[in-house]
Amino acid sequence: MSRLQLRLVAIAAVLLVAAAPLFLDPFSVTLANYIGIYALVALGLVLITGVGGMVSFGQASFMGIAAYSTAWASALMDYSPWFGLLLALVLTGLVATILGAVTLRLQGHFLSLSTIAWGLAIYFLFGNVDGLGHFNGIPSIPPITIGSFALISSERIYYLIWAVLIAAMLLSHNLLNSREGRAMRALRGGDAMVESVGVNAFRIKLITFVISALLAALSGWLYAHMGRFVSPTPFDVTRGIEYLMMAMVGGSGYLLGAVVGAALITLLKDWVQDFLPLVAPNAAGQLEIVVFSALFILFLQYARDGIVPFVAKFLPQVRRERPRAVEPLPRRTQPEPGQTLLKVDNAKRAFGGLMAVNDVSFEVRSGEILGLIGPNGAGKSTMFNLITGALPATGGKVVFTSSDITNEPQRLIARAGVARTFQHVKLRPKMTLLDNVLLGTYARTQSGFFKGALGLDRAEEEQARHEAMMQLERVGLGDRPFELAGNLPLGNQRILEIARALAADPILLVLDEPAAGLRRQEKLALAKLLRSLRDDENLTILLVEHDMEFVMGLVNRIVVMEFGSKISEGEPSTVRNDARVQEAYLGGVA
Amino acid sequence: MTPDIAAILALDGIATGAIYVLMALGFVLIFAVTRVVFVPFGDIAAFTALTLAALELGRLPGTVGLVIGLAVLATLMELYSILRAGSYERIPRALLFYLVLPVAIAGLVWITSGTLWPMPFRIALALLLILPVAPLLDRIVYRPIADASVLLLLTVSVALHFALVGLGLLFFGPDGARTESLTDAMFMLGNIPISGQTILIVVAAAIFCGLLYLFFDFTLLGKALHATALNRTGARLMGIRPERSGTIAYLAGSVLAGVSGILIAPVNTIFYDSGFLLGLKAFVGAIIGGLISFPVTAIGSIFVGLLESFASFQSSAFKEVIVFSVLIPVLLWRSYTFQHTEEDMDE
Repeated sequence: MSRLQLRLVAIAAVLLVAAAPLFLDPFSVTLANYIGIYALVALGLVLITGVGGMVSFGQASFMGIAAYSTAWASALMDYSPWFGLLLALVLTGLVATILGAVTLRLQGHFLSLSTIAWGLAIYFLFGNVDGLGHFNGIPSIPPITIGSFALISSERIYYLIWAVLIAAMLLSHNLLNSREGRAMRALRGGDAMVESVGVNAFRIKLITFVISALLAALSGWLYAHMGRFVSPTPFDVTRGIEYLMMAMVGGSGYLLGAVVGAALITLLKDWVQDFLPLVAPNAAGQLEIVVFSALFILFLQYARDGIVPFVAKFLPQVRRERPRAVEPLPRRTQPEPGQTLLKVDNAKRAFGGLMAVNDVSFEVRSGEILGLIGPNGAGKSTMFNLITGALPATGGKVVFTSSDITNEPQRLIARAGVARTFQHVKLRPKMTLLDNVLLGTYARTQSGFFKGALGLDRAEEEQARHEAMMQLERVGLGDRPFELAGNLPLGNQRILEIARALAADPILLVLDEPAAGLRRQEKLALAKLLRSLRDDENLTILLVEHDMEFVMGLVNRIVVMEFGSKISEGEPSTVRNDARVQEAYLGGVA
Repeated sequence: MTPDIAAILALDGIATGAIYVLMALGFVLIFAVTRVVFVPFGDIAAFTALTLAALELGRLPGTVGLVIGLAVLATLMELYSILRAGSYERIPRALLFYLVLPVAIAGLVWITSGTLWPMPFRIALALLLILPVAPLLDRIVYRPIADASVLLLLTVSVALHFALVGLGLLFFGPDGARTESLTDAMFMLGNIPISGQTILIVVAAAIFCGLLYLFFDFTLLGKALHATALNRTGARLMGIRPERSGTIAYLAGSVLAGVSGILIAPVNTIFYDSGFLLGLKAFVGAIIGGLISFPVTAIGSIFVGLLESFASFQSSAFKEVIVFSVLIPVLLWRSYTFQHTEEDMDE
């Protein structure tokens, strides 16, 4: 299916939504209104749970804050519902920011648990604050008016609800395909990699969380003015998990999953409410929640991905176009060869009582390839982590291009021009090769969330895609840019990491065992690539490697570590003849 | 607030806090061994209280039906997976643990119901009856997805909690219950009255903390559990079966939930859905301990109890709000003391 056909399908769907009230009975229109309102909340959950990998049980309480804000403003204070909307968004955003700020540095389940506690607290707050109607709620909320047109009937508000939903989906769609959206999609699977390409993972998580709260707020505003009445009950934790269920059943990795899930659960609920009293006339209420919870557990056990990806398997794939050749992204000027680029000065790192790196000093000069070698456990990877900021140093100094980067956050070191690969490959297996490499361009591009969502980033995005494609071709993976990274063999995954690092246009390339798992031919190709990076582009490379043949034929100089200390340094031939190095590798000479 | 009132509130808070300690330790225990945040823990405590109340009135507790239902379901699932694996020699053992033992306990309660036994016997019966619930839920709900991410397991837990609340209403009905006090003794410390109940709660909590400590540090089984908590794969390589460790953790958790339910039953009126709030407050304690540390968890839970006690004196309508709001500074402190590991999130 081509992009044009896809657009036509989307337009047809929108037209169908627009025409629906003409042939639906009033009850079905009301049902469709609820579906639209719930889908907005579920859409927020798709962004935070499906895309960002964080689970929130508190979306209903965000909805509640918004509904109560607008109810207070419009029903009790006689302001316009539009002022209510503003208040709703501001308050919800504020609460979400505070909650996110205190939980998002911790592991995921802390956020989830606090959303439960927070959801309960909010419920009791609504029920007990004087002036908000206690547990009886606030009645007679005015309808939304556009000019002098009041959206009283459910057919009228239908158009507003679905217009908001469709707009929110379009913006989210744009956002996910933008620079920040890629960072959002890369959050799943740990912070180390995203930080290494210059992303502030905490910031991305926080903004994602706030966006999802704001979507819930929009929904709460619509809910309050549709039902014209609010009480604490629709915003308790039970509802929170219902919304999560909608997003997950629909397919939490897909925007469309929100709508499909909301529709399915709403209709199912409607049906169950009709059906259960026939089976168990006395216990229908209790059974409903048991049935839904049991269904959700079964779903989570056996069909976690949801409906949309399941159906999508049977639909024709959308053809993706290779990036076009456009003007490349601006590049850094590499420093003159032979200068001191990186200076490690008495670096120390202790793990408890173990000195993994003990007083190591060495220099990397621009335009050279420096090999860091040593037996297993010598502290090479720890040294790498100190240089790239993945671990804080216990003592000593690391200076890069004459600025002190000791204990700077990883992302700032990355932005200064240090790009790295990992000993244990860190890619996003469910993203394409191209997307993985595009992550590398993050620090070289600027478009933020707004530009991304509104589609104003297209020119820069084209440039970034072109850059990523060039790097893929350069490392020899250019033939299938839309393959999923997880489908590559390990050796090629290492190469893909190098392409990602190159896409950052680094000054210093730091490679942690790049040749591990590669076959001989692949190693030769890699050596050739690294050599051409040095000779043709003046790129400086620091690498840890165990394959001596690979190292000796490639590097300009070698630093040898053993038990956390440097034991030798110099050109390959000198190091090879160093007695201490021979002893470290081969044991003492008898 | 006079010093006397403050002292009474503090005593009350310590007693409630001690109950939270038991529950929070249960959370930490189960989470550490199985990575499951066992949200239904509070529900199990509430069910124990309701069971005891029913026994006191000489009625058949709803728990009997619940246990039998769960046992049948768990047995069917276990048999299915045994048949699929073709390892028929495991059938007798599975039948014994998943069907015969739980149903025997339920049967015992069934037969003896109607006669009014002395209190210690009733308590023992209630504890015995609640014991299989958590391990059976583990078999039915968590075992099929034991390797899923913490977040997925948590989502399942929350869903399970709501299922149990529904079942609770079905089995126990909407009425609340409060059991007879365990003791009517009363002591005076200066002019501050201390009830025997309070002392009993604190002593019981202390005893169980001590037992837990002895179990973890001085028994092979405890060490196996500890090993599973630290590294599942490593433990498996040492011949420890994580499933078995899980079952033991759930059994220990059941005991803790049961004891806390019995301790709270004479103090508060318990409804079928009271467990969630109790559990969540204990959670706040567990979060103070980072879901890792047993001693910090205990201190945190006592703190939550004290906070709740003073908050309900100041403004009883907002006590839940106050207790849960305390999470915010706690989490803030946690997020700056938290040590990131390189692989801190699962796909």
